[in-house]
Amino acid sequence: MTESAPGDCPGTDIDPFSDEFLADPFPHLAELRDLGEVFYLRKYRVWGVARHSEVTAVLQNPAVFSNAAGVGYSNLKTEEPWRAPSLILEVDPPVHTTTRGILTRILSPRALRDLQERFADEADRLVDRLVAAETFDAVTDLAQAYILKVFPDSLGLPPNDRDNLLTYGGITFDSLGPRNERFEAAMGRAEHIRQWVADNCARHALTPDGFGAKIFEAADAGVVSEDEAGLLVRSFLTAGVDTTVSALGFAIRRFAEHPDQWEMLRQDPSLARSAFDEVVRIDSPVIGFFRTTTTEAVLGSTTIPADQKVLVFFSAANRDPDRWNNPDEFDITRRTAGHTGFGAGIHGCAGQMVARLETEALLTALAKRVSRWELAGPPTAALNNTLRALASLPVRAHQFATHRVVPATA
Amino acid sequence: MPKVTFLHNDGTEDVVDTDPGTSLMQAAMLGGVAGIVAECGGSMMCATCHVYVSEDWMEKVGGRSEMEEDMLESTAEPCRPNSRLSCQISVSEDLDGLIVETPRTQL
Ligand code: FES
Repeated sequence: MTESAPGDCPGTDIDPFSDEFLADPFPHLAELRDLGEVFYLRKYRVWGVARHSEVTAVLQNPAVFSNAAGVGYSNLKTEEPWRAPSLILEVDPPVHTTTRGILTRILSPRALRDLQERFADEADRLVDRLVAAETFDAVTDLAQAYILKVFPDSLGLPPNDRDNLLTYGGITFDSLGPRNERFEAAMGRAEHIRQWVADNCARHALTPDGFGAKIFEAADAGVVSEDEAGLLVRSFLTAGVDTTVSALGFAIRRFAEHPDQWEMLRQDPSLARSAFDEVVRIDSPVIGFFRTTTTEAVLGSTTIPADQKVLVFFSAANRDPDRWNNPDEFDITRRTAGHTGFGAGIHGCAGQMVARLETEALLTALAKRVSRWELAGPPTAALNNTLRALASLPVRAHQFATHRVVPATA
Repeated sequence: MPKVTFLHNDGTEDVVDTDPGTSLMQAAMLGGVAGIVAECGGSMMCATCHVYVSEDWMEKVGGRSEMEEDMLESTAEPCRPNSRLSCQISVSEDLDGLIVETPRTQL
């Protein structure tokens, strides 16, 4: 690619969707941050921001940096999307204001209070079993097993075939990238899963006490249509499974690598909440989302024309040394407010309080029983166009003598 | 630079310089104000950036949106008529000298 960047904007040949980048994005993200306030990704002819101040500025200005053309590489206004656009993430105000209002009410800290006990019970049960086995996979046996139980339960989904949720999440996050091999492979899996998702998001499929039923109450009240309610339920499935699974996997890896931090959490389990946010900051499951300019947009000394895609690197802002002291250091006592691991502004993750509650319950259950983590094999990465995650993380969980759970003998 | 004072329950206070256009919550974070948690970073999901606006400033600070109204039902300390989410207050030169109180707890 010899094409130069428009204007004075620095250009780069870094490919944020290549295997090499996705396997370890952080050195590349540092390079992108150093390029300038704004840069131009030549291969894809899109713009990018990676510094905390610009990432935040873009996210706080939804009128200029719009979501309605999609948060992926393709432009939903000019290209046929593979699924109906999201009614919460891929819209602007005023539509967004209505749907966000529904979710804000359903997912507020007050509304979630009742779930705390349920999450704690499930976490205790699962962790007892795993700790008795001692060696297990922290991604599949712990993170996936836990989230696939508690999250769809809260939503009110039937218990069958929940692995499909992981497939669906993977497809959706891959589909936000350019049409590379990962994208095409995801589309190959999309056909049969799309119907399963639609069937499971319908009113009659959902239990009467979950988030899903509450969304259909909004349909009954005439705030959204029946179809729109189904699409909002679908948003929970896309956003609430893979992301939290990813963060939990990274959390355990961090604690295995930093026994001092695990010891601190054990001594004071109330640190579970800030520990989780620190993982979301430093390991940023979502690498970044796109915005699209609605008009000419000035960022620093660069003018971006209208109708241009801008890739907003949440993961780079989260390690910007201008914003964070020792950004590459894992510190569970860090004040992490202002990290962009959940995005920021009006599109900031609506389910983040659920994620905090889920992970707090699980980390607390683990802190009570596990004295020390040990890697029992090399972790493997799951490469996806948008979502960073581990595919597996074999661990050995050492128990406290006083809490030793003995496996039942046959 | 508008100055804002955060009064805390234990009688101490923080005076913070703010950048016009940023939110009161962001100013508190950058100024290291302990009484504001702001777990959700300003996405209006957490209600841990709760402040009580001093009576004299109520009018200048302005009213709450409908969504903020809903979220204020989730605060840890009781919501009062002068309760606001600091992430929803945009600082301007008009607010130079603003005084807000932080609640005893945010969680
Ligand atoms: S920072 Fe979360 S509601 Fe204000």
